[in-house]
Amino acid sequence: MDYLTLLQILDTTVRLATPLLFACLAGLVSERAGIFDIGLEGKLLMSAFFSAAVAATTGSVWAGLAAGVGASLVLSAIHGLASITFRGNQLISGVAINFLASGLTVLIAQDWFGQGGRTPSLSGDARFNEITLPFAQSLSGLPYAGQGYTELISGHSLLVYVGLLTVPLIWWMLYRTRFGLRLRAVGENPAAVDTAGVSVLRLRYTAVAIAGVLCGLGGVYLATGLQAGFVKEMSSGRGYIALAALIFAKWRPWYALFACLLFGFFQALSFRPDVVERVARIDIPGQFLDALPYILTVVILAGFVGKAIPPRAGGEPYVKER
Amino acid sequence: MTILNKFLGGAAALALTSGAALAEPALIFDLGGKFDKSFNEAAFNGAQKWAEETGNTFREIELTSEAQREQALRRFAEAGANPVVMTGFAFGSVLGEVAPDYPDTTFAIIDMVVDAPNVRSVVFNEHEGSYLVGMLAAMASETGTVGFIGGMDIPLIRKFACGYAQGVKAVNPDATVVANMTGTTPAAWNDPVKGGELTKAQISQGADVVYAAAGGTGVGVLQAAADADILSIGVDSNQNYLHPGEVLTSMLKRVDNAVYEAFSQGPEMETGIQVLGLADDGVGYAVDDNNASLITDEMTAAVEDAKAKIVSGEVQVHDYMSDDSCPAIDF
Repeated sequence: MDYLTLLQILDTTVRLATPLLFACLAGLVSERAGIFDIGLEGKLLMSAFFSAAVAATTGSVWAGLAAGVGASLVLSAIHGLASITFRGNQLISGVAINFLASGLTVLIAQDWFGQGGRTPSLSGDARFNEITLPFAQSLSGLPYAGQGYTELISGHSLLVYVGLLTVPLIWWMLYRTRFGLRLRAVGENPAAVDTAGVSVLRLRYTAVAIAGVLCGLGGVYLATGLQAGFVKEMSSGRGYIALAALIFAKWRPWYALFACLLFGFFQALSFRPDVVERVARIDIPGQFLDALPYILTVVILAGFVGKAIPPRAGGEPYVKER
Repeated sequence: MTILNKFLGGAAALALTSGAALAEPALIFDLGGKFDKSFNEAAFNGAQKWAEETGNTFREIELTSEAQREQALRRFAEAGANPVVMTGFAFGSVLGEVAPDYPDTTFAIIDMVVDAPNVRSVVFNEHEGSYLVGMLAAMASETGTVGFIGGMDIPLIRKFACGYAQGVKAVNPDATVVANMTGTTPAAWNDPVKGGELTKAQISQGADVVYAAAGGTGVGVLQAAADADILSIGVDSNQNYLHPGEVLTSMLKRVDNAVYEAFSQGPEMETGIQVLGLADDGVGYAVDDNNASLITDEMTAAVEDAKAKIVSGEVQVHDYMSDDSCPAIDF
């Protein structure tokens, strides 16, 4: 396998890992605060739809971005209301959100555009186009480093860079701020946080809202960056793969980045059976590569590679003692 | 409550009897969805044409899950819809079970052969149409590498790929055909993101013409090809208009004609197997204002020549489904 092919595969990896990364970080913030979020898939789908629909109607991708993130926030609010205020089962609320998004997007799209649950194709300013970073053209002549810069680092849409910058941001927030400390504490032992006089409900709502924004960005990227428009069920299981990546990453931001890149890499490899065959010298079916994220997660859960311990208070509604 | 029940029951009975009296035809779309801009949309256009010409109405349902197949078929048959037309190979086994239960209803299935006295099976010679667009692809390609992206990995789609590869090799024996399938489940008909990424992967392998036989996934393929300024080939419906000047042509499969014919002939239509090929314009390639500048006179001449030879039997295009193998490409 030559260097250029490797770069192309890594390039695809970055593109495919970005929606996973947004969803995975969303799940991370939410679950670190003790709210399990099965509804990542639904939020991705809903924000993908609203971003594409509004971008198609107004012709501005920024309006689409706002609408997508807003739609995801609304779903987050529903999840928060059900699982924090009304102390419902978080898993059931998440599943309900997934069903809601899957049906509602197609219904609204059909009523709005009459194209059978899809939006018109986006073009020009209605999309996040690829950005060529400075010096990309002049450096492309340089072997290795220059090529790598031009092919791999430059030429993605804005949201890819935002996604990559979010990782250190989340890390800093969780481990270097007072808010992050409290957020982590509320996922481990909410009673202690409450005793210290900090509102558990407010912390959890904030975490769920941050998750909504991140998930929204992931959906916007799917519909306006990766593709040009919304198609029904276009998230196609990415929210679930993000959950798998979250477990794989043991609920840590940097690990989450690597888990998403790894899972994205498997997907990218499944698009290039010719390269896989040349390197591995045997024919590995693409379906096996597609299934690898799930297989790896099961291996991790079975305890073969260290232990994945979820936040202790995860999934449990907080009830003040009387 | 009881009054309401009676009222509702009466309304339902009325609806049922009125349906039976009219004997409306019914159309069932497969999972790709009615507006996939491709296969199912062609079926819808045919039905729509019939409705406009006759002023009659038809019933339709768009499946959303595998489990609805049998239910939808039985519903329509029970409600007295006749004929019942369905699009897609996946109805094959279900129809085989359902058809004998409703001997007075005539069914028509597209893309699959079901052996029952009250079923018309319409199949197309997609390999012939794909052969022609394969020739066009090879003539339009500058790199000598062309791509194929299929939807779900089933023999029918391999038939498309095989015909296409033979057409490419007929023009340029040294050409490379890169073929990928989107997936192995029905979700593969509706995954434009994966379709787009597969296209980018094929472009990085040198492909400069990509043929999508993938239902809704093809929308992503055509988009990615237009973004990268290479040519693409649409399928089933005429998709040239999706990206004017960047879609080389579309492999037409006249599903609309098949549906129109079944609806026009009504319950008395002839049953059995109906094969539509190049000879009766069941398949073909699309030329319109959007792609006229891409197709040169030489290309038209070569393709028309090949078409005549296929119709006369001078050129035989191998059908993948006849022996599950392809001389021009490995899967």
